[in-house]
Amino acid sequence: MELLEGEKEQILATVDAILNNQPLQKDRLIPVLQRVQAELGYLPGLAMEKIAAAAGVSAVEVYGLATFYNQFRLNPPGKHQLKVCMGTACYMVGGQIALESFERRLGIKEGETTPDRKFSLERVACVGCCTMAPVVVVDENVEGHVTPTRVDGILLSFEGEEGKTRGEAKSPAAVESEAKP
Amino acid sequence: MSTATVAEQYRALRQEAAAAVEALKQKPVVWVGTATCGVAAGALKIKEAFEQEIKERGLDVAVLETGCMGHCYAEPMAIIAKPGHVPLCYGRLDEGLVHRLVVDFLDGDDPGYEYALVALEPNDLFPTFSDFPRGVYEEKMILEQCGFIDPGNMDHYLARDGYAAVAKILEMKPEEVLAEVKAANLRGRGGAGFPAGEKWEACRKAPGEQKYVICNGDEGDPGAFMDRGLLESDPHRVIEGMIICAYAVGASRGYLYIRAEYPKAVERVEGAIARAREKGLLGQSILGSGFSFDLEVFQGSGAFVCGESSALVRSMEGKMGIPEVRPPRLAESGFRGCPTVLNNVKTFAYVPAIIMKGADWFRSTGTAGSPGTAVFSLVGKVNNTGLVEVPMGTTLRQLIFDVGEGIPGDKKFKAAQIGGPSGGCLPEAMLDVPIDFDSLQEAGAIMGSGGLVVLNEDDCMVAVARYFLEFTQHESCGKCTFCRLGTRHMLDILTDISRGKGSLESLELLQELCEDVRDGSLCNLGKTAPNPVLTTLRYFRDEYEAHILEGRCPSLMCKDLIVYYIEPKKCSKLCNVCVGSCPTEAIYTRDDGLKAINQEKCVKCDNCLKTCPVEYNAVIKLSPPSLLAEKEGKSK
Repeated sequence: MELLEGEKEQILATVDAILNNQPLQKDRLIPVLQRVQAELGYLPGLAMEKIAAAAGVSAVEVYGLATFYNQFRLNPPGKHQLKVCMGTACYMVGGQIALESFERRLGIKEGETTPDRKFSLERVACVGCCTMAPVVVVDENVEGHVTPTRVDGILLSFEGEEGKTRGEAKSPAAVESEAKP
Repeated sequence: MSTATVAEQYRALRQEAAAAVEALKQKPVVWVGTATCGVAAGALKIKEAFEQEIKERGLDVAVLETGCMGHCYAEPMAIIAKPGHVPLCYGRLDEGLVHRLVVDFLDGDDPGYEYALVALEPNDLFPTFSDFPRGVYEEKMILEQCGFIDPGNMDHYLARDGYAAVAKILEMKPEEVLAEVKAANLRGRGGAGFPAGEKWEACRKAPGEQKYVICNGDEGDPGAFMDRGLLESDPHRVIEGMIICAYAVGASRGYLYIRAEYPKAVERVEGAIARAREKGLLGQSILGSGFSFDLEVFQGSGAFVCGESSALVRSMEGKMGIPEVRPPRLAESGFRGCPTVLNNVKTFAYVPAIIMKGADWFRSTGTAGSPGTAVFSLVGKVNNTGLVEVPMGTTLRQLIFDVGEGIPGDKKFKAAQIGGPSGGCLPEAMLDVPIDFDSLQEAGAIMGSGGLVVLNEDDCMVAVARYFLEFTQHESCGKCTFCRLGTRHMLDILTDISRGKGSLESLELLQELCEDVRDGSLCNLGKTAPNPVLTTLRYFRDEYEAHILEGRCPSLMCKDLIVYYIEPKKCSKLCNVCVGSCPTEAIYTRDDGLKAINQEKCVKCDNCLKTCPVEYNAVIKLSPPSLLAEKEGKSK
């Protein structure tokens, strides 16, 4: 995904703040990547290159870590993150159906972000709430018993919110600037 | 330092904690279960509602958080302990019920028995847990306090004799501690069942100044959540077990490897470590004994293969979690090349009780080969879902039909999937297998981390096998060719079968590949990956054959082999729910007012079936799809 204006500076500043000019031990690589992702929401290529340089390893080694572990994402997350649980219990009672419903409604595939960066859709292995299957984690909230109609409900609840934002800031440019962190 | 100091210091800590807990008992307390599962069911809103209602009435009531009691089917739950009344637990709470309980019970004097689930102490009025079938089978060794103490308040753990085992072992020799754990024959609860005592002894004997103790909380098995429950509900128990292990093997540093997907567990464990450190139970010279040990949390980034010990250690070293050839075992050369003990969360949780009550007590429960209890997360098509702890040797039938109270609705039991992606599906005929490490292995499943998913007649076994293979295929680290490519090939075959494109020859190939992948992989991820396929082939071959030969999915689950159909006889002309629910406008109203589905537009999303009012239940699934022509012909 293309970087928006000003994002490059922000990425560099965040990584600098986390690295704090200290030499980076190799066994701190994962915690550092976790912190960068916590701040930025994802691992931009630029950040991985900078971290690799600080640790004295090649950039591909950091990229290898970022792609090996499920936690890391290489695309910017949407304003709202939808994580569909695909644990055993969820799958058996319709997790796949919930995922497909999201894909259909949002017009994106799992792992992608809508072009307006409003929603990103992921599948996760198990969030450990199997008794409420199928489960979808919406931002930080766990939603249980998600049927296809509930998928519509979840998305509708954000439409209302967007309506408010639109009411306050009428020009599209203002909406866009608000979407930036 | 003299040994008396340890006991004295501990006594002082415990007394202080007991006083604080006693003071709390003087006024009414509301305990809201806020483990992840409770929160998912809305526990935070319930807690807020209690606080709000109590504040409005100006009552002097404490609202506290507690962990998971294991009765997930009844979340959100709360316990109300009011002096003069037996403590009662209420389930399936909502704001209205909270209002009612605050007004009638906390402000008034009516406990609202009609809403109570269970009483926590024996009394003449209301049943306790042990009066339910589940209570008869359950024996709680490690989940004993989960859901009854505030995991964020260390006093609660201390007041219940928490850390007494640490005070006790500090006055013992490390060899004596080791001997006790060995005598208990505590087998590792991570899945393979390796005796913990032997592991510890090897680590103790291994030369090296620096040794490590690591707790494996990388619960990656989809369908299992007991480690999360334990870490969120009773973190000090695990920490205490780790301190004891460190003392026995001579380690000075430890790590709790917890999945980053479990933020609540990470937060609670980190809080617990900080508090234990404040009280002198972690850090330099624990309880003034001269023995030092400190702990920190390492957040795992989510890779199923990191449940394998050498992969976990590599990932802590900042590398990709790829398993290595063993030996050397971790006990000889583990984290940073130092001798390391790595045990599962549950294994450590048993240790304090073994120290306090002795090896004989531990061995008196369970079977000879697998003493102690087994913890299961009972999920799927079963009435009482939740975390259960039963003695080893309990049969699957007891677990599912007595503890879990059977299958909901009028559905028929089909299989128990035990042990996650490394385990297998056991049919009705195998339900009398006792649950222990060895019997399950013989049946083709494994104990694994204790995920138990109950499947009923609506669950397609080909889809189940395919699901697990998709999971292991994705999680394979790629080191061994068979695991990397063999599972891929197996997945392709299963996908074809689920689309009705398989052949009987492909079943033979599948069986062969299973054996090759099992033999050709280094770690247990690959070695056990074929288990779900092997067991379903062994016990449910007829379902595979129905897919292949008739293009029919007997459970009506495989999307390519089913069609949705609205039965004209049952459809009400006056209702339009299905039309509104259809995302692709595939449902239309016929000239005669009945609804019908345009199969070309239908995406099989299940919406119409779910939304069709129960009094009609007009939407059905048909398999094979060729049945449709027959049905439509008749209805004309």
